[in-house]
Amino acid sequence: MTQSTRQPPVDHIARTQALYAGLGYPDYAWVREAQPPPIVRLRRPLRELTLGLVGSGGVYRHGQVAFHHADDTSLRRVPVDTPGSALRATHFAYDLSAARRDSNVVLPLRGLRSLVSRGAIGRLAEDALTFMGGIYSARRVRERVAPAVLNELRRMEVDAALLVPV
Amino acid sequence: MGLIARHLEANGIATVVLTSSIAITSAVNPPRAAYLDYPLGHTAGPPDGPRVQEQIVALALSQLRRNSPGSMLRLPFHWDDNDDWKDRVMREGDDRTARHDAPQYQHADDAAAADPACPTCIWT
Repeated sequence: MTQSTRQPPVDHIARTQALYAGLGYPDYAWVREAQPPPIVRLRRPLRELTLGLVGSGGVYRHGQVAFHHADDTSLRRVPVDTPGSALRATHFAYDLSAARRDSNVVLPLRGLRSLVSRGAIGRLAEDALTFMGGIYSARRVRERVAPAVLNELRRMEVDAALLVPV
Repeated sequence: MGLIARHLEANGIATVVLTSSIAITSAVNPPRAAYLDYPLGHTAGPPDGPRVQEQIVALALSQLRRNSPGSMLRLPFHWDDNDDWKDRVMREGDDRTARHDAPQYQHADDAAAADPACPTCIWT
């Protein structure tokens, strides 16, 4: 048997800084939140709640306008029963090969539907919400994307949300 | 996504962020996170691995029961038998593509099929 060799988690901030410095690019201004995050308790157990899904992997549905790649802050509503064959992925900053083969790797609709069918989750909000997460402006995320996501999740009366960045 | 998680939570919606980057997610400090030690682009599991994908989301959702702000669960999955893939991450140049400001369709026929009015698009 071969000895398995494990490494610590990749530090993507340090790697990006090293990569950009080597290329002569200016350093990227990472968002850092020093304040502790707010927290709310679940109102009901998982098996009774309505769950929303939000993914920033750039998934859209055939028939929808695709995302552009220059700080696009728009969202798409993707019905949670959409077959995988109708889902597409677009993004400038990650390797899309897996997402284009199986969009569940960035928008886990199949796993969530299965958990609902087994009674582990009460129900899913009717639409997943997607966007293209390569937005190089924290202000635009705060002022445009976050309020729109909140508005949509409230409209669908969700109790809790699974957020899947890439 | 951490900024969005904080905004939702401040407005009464419980959240969990499933992430493949401890560094980036810790910097934005969301209410709850679950970490999957996979290459970027596979945040919710391996392609065509429905069983593992389901285990990953189930474990991530179990985080919703935890109420200590900023908790991060490390999920017990590995991408490969070894971690050699980590040696190459962001060390082989800048592989981002150009940031065009027109819609970037996966397939040419997606563009033809798209409804410009897009009733299921939310313009912000």
